[in-house]
Amino acid sequence: MKDSNMKKMLLAAIAAVTLAVGPLAVGQASADDWNKVRIATEGAYAPWNFTDSSGKLVGFELDLARDLCARMGAECEIVAQAWDGIIPALNAGKYDAIMAGMSITDKRKKVISFSNAYAATPARFVVLKNSDHADFTSKLESLNLEEIDGDEQAVLDQMAAAFKGETIGVQVATTHENFLREFMGDTVEIRTYDTQENLDLDLQAGRVGMALASMSYWKPLLETEKGKDFTAIGAGMTGGPFGGGVGVGIRQADAALVEKFNKAIAEATADGTVSKLAIQWFGFDASY
Amino acid sequence: MNFELMAEAFPQLIEGIPLTLQLVFLSLAIGFVLAVVIALARLAKDPVLPRLAYGFVYVFRGTPLLVQIFLIYYGLGQFEAVRESILWIVLKEPFWCAIIALALNTGAYTSEIIRGGIQSVPWGQIEAGKACGMSRVLLFRRIVFPVAIRQALPAYGNEIILMVKSTSLASTITILEVTGIAKKLISATWQPIEIFLVAGAIYLTMNFIVTRGIAMSERRLNPHLKDRPLPKRTALDRGVTAASAPAAAVPSKPAE
Repeated sequence: MKDSNMKKMLLAAIAAVTLAVGPLAVGQASADDWNKVRIATEGAYAPWNFTDSSGKLVGFELDLARDLCARMGAECEIVAQAWDGIIPALNAGKYDAIMAGMSITDKRKKVISFSNAYAATPARFVVLKNSDHADFTSKLESLNLEEIDGDEQAVLDQMAAAFKGETIGVQVATTHENFLREFMGDTVEIRTYDTQENLDLDLQAGRVGMALASMSYWKPLLETEKGKDFTAIGAGMTGGPFGGGVGVGIRQADAALVEKFNKAIAEATADGTVSKLAIQWFGFDASY
Repeated sequence: MNFELMAEAFPQLIEGIPLTLQLVFLSLAIGFVLAVVIALARLAKDPVLPRLAYGFVYVFRGTPLLVQIFLIYYGLGQFEAVRESILWIVLKEPFWCAIIALALNTGAYTSEIIRGGIQSVPWGQIEAGKACGMSRVLLFRRIVFPVAIRQALPAYGNEIILMVKSTSLASTITILEVTGIAKKLISATWQPIEIFLVAGAIYLTMNFIVTRGIAMSERRLNPHLKDRPLPKRTALDRGVTAASAPAAAVPSKPAE
């Protein structure tokens, strides 16, 4: 999603881990029972986390953080931190957890730990309302590509057959591009765009027949004038090439805190709290 | 410096060369024909044609190529009338939009180069042709055009080199030529220096071949100049500055 500063962050994070945090965190992990947790968010990534007109941090993750903290019996302090320094500052001990729409990726896992995922916004295809594919439906509403079973494979095959020969636009170097190359690379023409806005222009102009992106992007767009000719089709897809969802970023030394978050997330997912908050903020159920 | 990444990127970037060369040659060919027509229109004895031609040159030289590509690709696609017209068959394709923008752009620049070449043909040669009873067309074909091309060749060589580099802008409209592939690799690896170094070397190599080619055709077209001796070395060549050399040669001003 937002990986542009990964290399810088990686270097800084490695330095920070080796120099500062290593000894400090080890001492903390054994002694701390996590009555107090400091959580960082970005505050500039609506509707996940953003700053409202009065300067207050709001969003899906702010509400969820308060709920999770209550479940963990911890007193939480939420701070805003710029995205490009958010991992180094975690490892430098400025706060204890990150909840900032951060996708769980293997690259980040080399530097920090993650809790289990608390949300994932499914990817969906969008076409013009007058397109041949506009009334395309699949048997499943949502498709998790982590372990593909018979029904899921049938839906994938149906999509591959229906979209054969189509030109599909996607933003470059995203998990969505990975999906297209892996699952439809041989049967469709993939056209990559530097920005999602340029892709929207070409979808509107009919140069690409369909576009693939995250529902957290499509949903607000489809409700505006700009997206009035677009419609989302087929199943919402998660897992596999789309990554492991969004989780809480935690220092690698703090295994106990990861456990506490995992327990709280499992409870909040099970009793429907995550779904409720997701529907409130995204307009659809983005729970993992 | 990650040499392994550079080695990995090289074969992938090489795959973009055919598309880059197609963009260069097609747009140069179309642009050259356009340029000759515009140059002749510029020099026509007519109240309207030269102004129209100058207007075209003015617009396409005066606006950035990037803006032209964007307007032709994303701009024209906004209009339903365009999308429903027969032109859409061509304008729908990013490749042809790039060719149109590049050809119009090089056409504007090249027309000025050709105009300069035509106007530099010595009047005496034209008079001689006329005296032999040549028709206007024959005069142009046998005398004016060949001489004008010789005069214009160094400047046109520059234009070819610029065009090789300009094709990189096609990457902004989803075309995966050398720069497009480079950008794609960068957004996947976050290592711009290594990948752009390789891409830069590829452009350098292409332009090396272009410069050799131009030098060769210059020698072929001007064989009589091949053995022309270089001008004698002067004080200027030996490092005396331009400001001091004439001052020493020219008698000092009366006031001093």
